[in-house]
Amino acid sequence: MTPVTATNDFVVKFANVNGSGSASANEMFARSVMRMGIPISPRNIFPSNIQGMPTWYELRVSKDGWLGRRGGCDLMVALNPQTWDRDIAELVPGGYLVYDSTRELPRSKFREDITVIGIPLTAICAQEFTDPNQRKLFKNIMYVGALAALMDLELGVVETLIGEQYRGKDKLIEGNRNAARIGHAYAMKHFTCPLGIRCERVDGVGDRIFIDGNSAIALGAVYAGATVAAWYPITPSTSIIEAFTGYCRKFRTDPATGAARYAIVQAEDELASIGMVAGAGWNGVRAFTATSGPGISLMQEFIGLAYFAEIPLVIVDVQRGGPSTGMPTRTQQSDVLLCAYASHGDTRHVLLFPEDPNECFELTAQAFDLCERLQTPVFLMTDLDIGMNERLSAPFRWDENRHYDRGKVMTAAELDAGKLFARYQDVDGDGIPWRTIPATHPSKGAYFTRGSTRNAQAKYSELGSDYVYNLERLRRKFNTAKELVPQPVVTPAAKPTRLGVLFYGSTSPAMAEALAMLQAEGVHVDAIRVRAFPFSSQVDAFIEAHDTVFVVEQNESAQLRTLLINEGEYSPKKLVKVLHYDGTPITAGFIAGAIRTAGSAAKLAPQQSHG
Amino acid sequence: MTYLAKPRLLADVQPRNAIGFTKRDYEGAISTLCAGCGHDSVSAAIVQAFYELDIEPHRVAKMSGIGCSSKTPDYFLGASHGFNSVHGRMPSVATGASLANRELTLIGISGDGDTASIGIGQFAHAMRRGLNIAYIVENNGVYGLTKGQFSATADKGSKSKKGVQNADAPIDLVALALQLGATYVARSFSGDKDQLVPLIKGALRHQGAAFIDVISPCVTFNNHSGSTKSYDYVREHNEAVNRVEVIQPRQEITTEYEPGSVRRVMQHDGTALLLRKLGLDYDPTDRNRAMNQLHEWNAKGEILTGLLFVEEGADDLHHHLNTVAKPLNQLTQAELCPGQAVLDKLNAALR
Ligand SMILES: Cc1ncc(C[n+]2csc(CCOP(=O)(O)OP(=O)(O)O)c2C)c(N)n1
Ligand code: SF4
Ligand SMILES: [Mg+2]
Repeated sequence: MTPVTATNDFVVKFANVNGSGSASANEMFARSVMRMGIPISPRNIFPSNIQGMPTWYELRVSKDGWLGRRGGCDLMVALNPQTWDRDIAELVPGGYLVYDSTRELPRSKFREDITVIGIPLTAICAQEFTDPNQRKLFKNIMYVGALAALMDLELGVVETLIGEQYRGKDKLIEGNRNAARIGHAYAMKHFTCPLGIRCERVDGVGDRIFIDGNSAIALGAVYAGATVAAWYPITPSTSIIEAFTGYCRKFRTDPATGAARYAIVQAEDELASIGMVAGAGWNGVRAFTATSGPGISLMQEFIGLAYFAEIPLVIVDVQRGGPSTGMPTRTQQSDVLLCAYASHGDTRHVLLFPEDPNECFELTAQAFDLCERLQTPVFLMTDLDIGMNERLSAPFRWDENRHYDRGKVMTAAELDAGKLFARYQDVDGDGIPWRTIPATHPSKGAYFTRGSTRNAQAKYSELGSDYVYNLERLRRKFNTAKELVPQPVVTPAAKPTRLGVLFYGSTSPAMAEALAMLQAEGVHVDAIRVRAFPFSSQVDAFIEAHDTVFVVEQNESAQLRTLLINEGEYSPKKLVKVLHYDGTPITAGFIAGAIRTAGSAAKLAPQQSHG
Repeated sequence: MTYLAKPRLLADVQPRNAIGFTKRDYEGAISTLCAGCGHDSVSAAIVQAFYELDIEPHRVAKMSGIGCSSKTPDYFLGASHGFNSVHGRMPSVATGASLANRELTLIGISGDGDTASIGIGQFAHAMRRGLNIAYIVENNGVYGLTKGQFSATADKGSKSKKGVQNADAPIDLVALALQLGATYVARSFSGDKDQLVPLIKGALRHQGAAFIDVISPCVTFNNHSGSTKSYDYVREHNEAVNRVEVIQPRQEITTEYEPGSVRRVMQHDGTALLLRKLGLDYDPTDRNRAMNQLHEWNAKGEILTGLLFVEEGADDLHHHLNTVAKPLNQLTQAELCPGQAVLDKLNAALR
């Protein structure tokens, strides 16, 4: 078997034991590649345990800039005896295995069709360092040094990154650099460097930034002026509030007094989180919570109240695999229906689907404008794949002329000027009523908020006509939302085609690659990326313009497709399911494969359903 | 329009408080509760308390859950914003409202079902966080709105109207509030307005978690003999530990007290609580002793009422969070948004 040869185009995977300190070393390796101008996309694969369990860090290096998961593995750094067998099995034929050869392993533990690179990491560390802690930690940075040699990474880049990471801690910088050099020297001495897979400096990254979606959401919330966050810890959403806390401390501390221009409360559960956010939104601040599926399940009653009482608030749902506790540390787009129709009665909610960290920032900021403009809960639907992995994306921008849209809030001056205030009356014809914030005016504009039916003046009413007026106004309001929400992005195929594909959220990078693959094969597919629910009229136009539309999703029951059929009344036969739901991020190969098979059949019989 | 003249004339002869409001300005919609319901008396006491404290109605927010009791915020302070939320979850909504505007006076109205049954979790956490609120439970031992099922405060052995005995141990919300760190804890009776009004005033002036358990009989489902939450039973078994007088910062003390009979407790805003001891030897500033005495009297089937505990110089949630003095809902975009220059730096650090 000939060893794999590839420059700037391969997958490296690190198999580690959770809690061994490997995470920062792996990330340093990834950043080193990125600093050489080569596009990367890493993914953390981790169990729902803290210590001692296996974790993997999978890094795709792609000179063409494909950021979706590729699958397969060209080089495995196998440092976890527990998962050894499956890690070895995952290598492609001709792949490379790097392992700690301190302890000898029987031949049967290896494969014949791979290149094996044994580095006695533990032994070298034992020899070089006396402190047991250092022995453990420097092992990680040592394999980064060795990999640099094996894969032609510039050692200088690694050293610069070490300097940045431990800025101000000279001892740590020196220690880590030294360990990296030891690893580098060992590899240079014992192996033919570089291997068949290697890196070469290019200019493929541009001005893009490298950040995880959860941090981007936190930053978006800061820029949007969110001041109240209430939450309850749950993977994969927790790091949003952690990052929000960090950014707030930095950017929202009153310089004169040291006091906080924000309030973050770790609530006792998700019922309380959403309750606090509702109370805060009602009282005129921008407030949000971040959670995942189980949290949304608990919040149902309050979401209905916020919908019916028309309270602006933002809910971030970083989706993971359900039902129940499901696959808590794996990615899925599994809460689309849960959120779209959350709570009892005739409810429907605005959902936004960011594709990457840049859009996490941008759509978070927009979510706050939308929730106040529409006076309703707005859901930001991300997932673990975007949320907890760093991703290359366009840099953040903030237009200095941008003003928060606080929506229809009646002021004391307007009330004094005799402007009519009727809390639930549709004075403007868009279904959106005017609201007042408590304490606005001494004698005008106060009203009673409740989840029960009321008339346009917010007085309790059980009259059918009042109830119907209200429901129909809410429907009107939802229609207004259609054109206010982020509009879809259409990517036409190179040639006119009757085939379309519709997708959303984290499927984006895999989709782009799949489209390129298909086009290279002569299969032309127009693509539409849905960015929000309610669906804009552009989505209708797209579906109408195609005979077959593949709907690509990362859940088992085709949830967005259900939503399309329900809201757009399309023939289910026209919308062909392409579903991926094993908890790993969807790949281009999977999408292209599904479209290739179903697509060729669909061309013969356009009304046939497949998938 | 001449018909306007009459109410104006009427209003003119009504007494006004220091900020020019009549008592009527603190009233709300007409109650839809059963005639004789204890909750209406509590609403009346609330009206009186706000009137006497000279609080502008629009600077108050009325928060509640679901139940007959939770409906009552519609029946007082019609010029205030109100929020009738979901069953058992008023504390979280009030917490959010408080975070958004620390200057707003919050009054929370709940029932024993709303607080001790479905909402016990949120109640507990609001108390331990020091939410700045006057939290009133109108305690009748039953779910009034759903027609008389026992609630979690129903006493063991108390009989329902249909003759069924409650077998479960009761939750004593006062004991719970004390244990959880509430900094103003009182118990009263809807039938004792003289005791209740000053207790509500004190709670409104307290900066921190102020809790009042008001026994408020349900005439329709729990006022029969055999019930331990009936008017008769409570009148016979209630022992007041003190009488409270609330003295506003610039107000003179007019009542005459025998030397040594009164204890003065200062509140953050300069309000003084004058506590006149009654028959019992009772110290309302000692949390542990308060808990002990409460247990002793509970065991005897007697109900201690009055201001059972107050912590001088108490702190609230905003203090713990170190939030700015200006209400968060008044901060401007300039005070909140770091702008592009900061973003440029962040972008650079992410490459
Ligand atoms: C989630 C939910 N469950 C049940 C109910 C029905 N419900 C309404 S009020 C109430 C009990 C109210 O009891 P309490 O708080 O003691 O108030 P009271 O009517 O006695 O004043 C119940 C069970 C509800 N509104 N919401
Ligand atoms: S049912 Fe009971 S609690 Fe409800 S209004 Fe009537 S008397 Fe009051
Ligand atoms: Mg009750």
